[in-house]
Amino acid sequence: MASKPEYRSYEELSGGFSWAIAEKELEYKNGNIINIGWYCSDRICLKGNASKVALIYEGFGGTARQYTFNDIRLAGNTIGTFLRNLGITEGDRVCLFMDRIPELYLSFLGILKMGAIVQPLFSAFGEESLFVRLENAGTRAIITQKKHLGKVRKIRSQLPHLKHVIIVDEMKASDLAAGEILFSLDKSSPVEDFDICPTTAETPSVLHYTSGTTGQPKGVKHVHYSLISQYLTTKWVLDLRDDDIYWCTADPGWVTGTSYGIIGPWSLGVTQCVLDSGFSAQAWYRFAEKNRVTVWYSAPTAIRSLMKAGDEIIKSFDLSSLRHLASVGEPLNSEAVIWSEKVFGKPFHDTFWQTETGSIMITNFPGMKIKPGSMGRTFPGITGTVLDPATYQPYPEHGRAGLIAFRPGWPAMMRAYWNNEEKYRDKFVNGWYLSGDRASIDIEGYYWFIGRDDDVINTGGHLVSPFEVESALLEHPAVAESAVTSKPDEINMEVVKAFITLKPGHTPDPDLELDIMNFIRKRLSPLAMPQAVEFMDKLPKTRSGKIMRRVLHAREWGEEIGDISTLEND
Amino acid sequence: MEEMNINEMKEMVLKYVIKEYIDDDDVTITYETPLISSGYVDSFSMVSLLVFLENKFKIKIPPSKATPEAFDSVNSIVALVNQYLEK
Repeated sequence: MASKPEYRSYEELSGGFSWAIAEKELEYKNGNIINIGWYCSDRICLKGNASKVALIYEGFGGTARQYTFNDIRLAGNTIGTFLRNLGITEGDRVCLFMDRIPELYLSFLGILKMGAIVQPLFSAFGEESLFVRLENAGTRAIITQKKHLGKVRKIRSQLPHLKHVIIVDEMKASDLAAGEILFSLDKSSPVEDFDICPTTAETPSVLHYTSGTTGQPKGVKHVHYSLISQYLTTKWVLDLRDDDIYWCTADPGWVTGTSYGIIGPWSLGVTQCVLDSGFSAQAWYRFAEKNRVTVWYSAPTAIRSLMKAGDEIIKSFDLSSLRHLASVGEPLNSEAVIWSEKVFGKPFHDTFWQTETGSIMITNFPGMKIKPGSMGRTFPGITGTVLDPATYQPYPEHGRAGLIAFRPGWPAMMRAYWNNEEKYRDKFVNGWYLSGDRASIDIEGYYWFIGRDDDVINTGGHLVSPFEVESALLEHPAVAESAVTSKPDEINMEVVKAFITLKPGHTPDPDLELDIMNFIRKRLSPLAMPQAVEFMDKLPKTRSGKIMRRVLHAREWGEEIGDISTLEND
Repeated sequence: MEEMNINEMKEMVLKYVIKEYIDDDDVTITYETPLISSGYVDSFSMVSLLVFLENKFKIKIPPSKATPEAFDSVNSIVALVNQYLEK
């Protein structure tokens, strides 16, 4: 269980560090069975905490549920049994396509316990985004809600591997199509005894999808051994203790929502709460107050939205229970750190990591000196650097801007991109894992974020591929050509902007702009929807015809355009 | 849009919201239904709703006024729009 954290100095924590610290605390020995689902539920019960609350859930309108660790153990068994009875076997991919309802969290455990691979997908994805991810993974089953069934049905016939569509809501049996089946946890007999799949360290566990500059989204394969670094980083960085009430605001459709919204807290036996409703400052503060939240892990976009809502509203709530605050997803601006110290009496601690890293890599520890605007220092056991982009060698001196890179080998590191060995290999150069982000390191070892090293758009902490949006835009009947880049945004750091040329017979007008926005929102997701569309007579291209996205990006950000010697002349 | 009264405006916005943002046929959306705080319309999609309003009513709503609170129901949306209509 989570023991009282040691606020030792960074040097003390790093000196003699070994991941064996986590292995010992988890009573894991090399070669043993390691199953994340078991560690997050059965083990906590065996430690005498079966009746402790594991999940406090609140949906919109006040729907509330609570689950003890014994409840989530039984739920995992019950869901695992249901899947096995359907014929799902070890290694099959089972997609979770749900809002943040309890079944999402409980199914996550059930899938892992029976040995299949969890494929969590953001429930706001449109049918095209859903399709490419299910097709790439060869997904065998999807667990979803009635409200999202329409999107699944639209693409089902193109997915021969998808054998089962499991719906967790009430529906008339007569409304179900072939291959669709209802599952209700409440109506199922709890399964007390379950043969947990004897997964080992390298058995695949979770498949998260992430966007790149080019090509389709990549499936990031993680393994059960990821637990080791997820457990220890949760304990040391998020500082979770036995009596904490933890709130991670991330959706499990993204990696934060699983690594630190399920695995981290539950492997430590800590109570966590989930609010499944839209954002409003009032609702968030009320939720934190009501549940006496002690540790809060959120995102800069949310923090900036809270800042925008003003300081006055905070005075209406008793938030004195808050003990530790942390942030992830995009760089946390110094103003947000200073603001949280002012209004909450404590700063948000920035953390940096990625879908591929699986666990926190660069961070500000509790008790560590925070430099507002800095990402912090590498977690013990992580060897990080910034590389010279020209040579892919570490800069010998401090303060140089380069590529953030890590020495491979930490437990939660991705093991592959699903069916994409070439892209996976491209992530490693000279024995370094390339993060795709740029930063500098100061003389005290603090990292300072600069930006992406590619064209991927980080909007509100979520990565959007310009390629994916451009491809989808070309399917709109009025669009001839498109280029997608980011534009600055006060709340989301950056948002998607589309530059478009139209086919003959179409003319720019505001209704067409809206139609294009909605087209992308429904096909891909609200995140990928261009927040602005600019119609152009022609796009900037090289003489060989390649669209020069960077010219448009520089214009949006007021930056130097750089070398345009290859720009096509009129 | 001087020829359109408040009720007609509400009906137009309601129809648009249901058509564009509500996937579940069983959900009933009224003029009072919370849209943003309920999660029916997320903060990213709110931008498309803003563009719809600006196009339809030929108005410009300042970004500082396009808040989740102002967009949280058809009633509040129409009240906001009404502030920017030419009288």
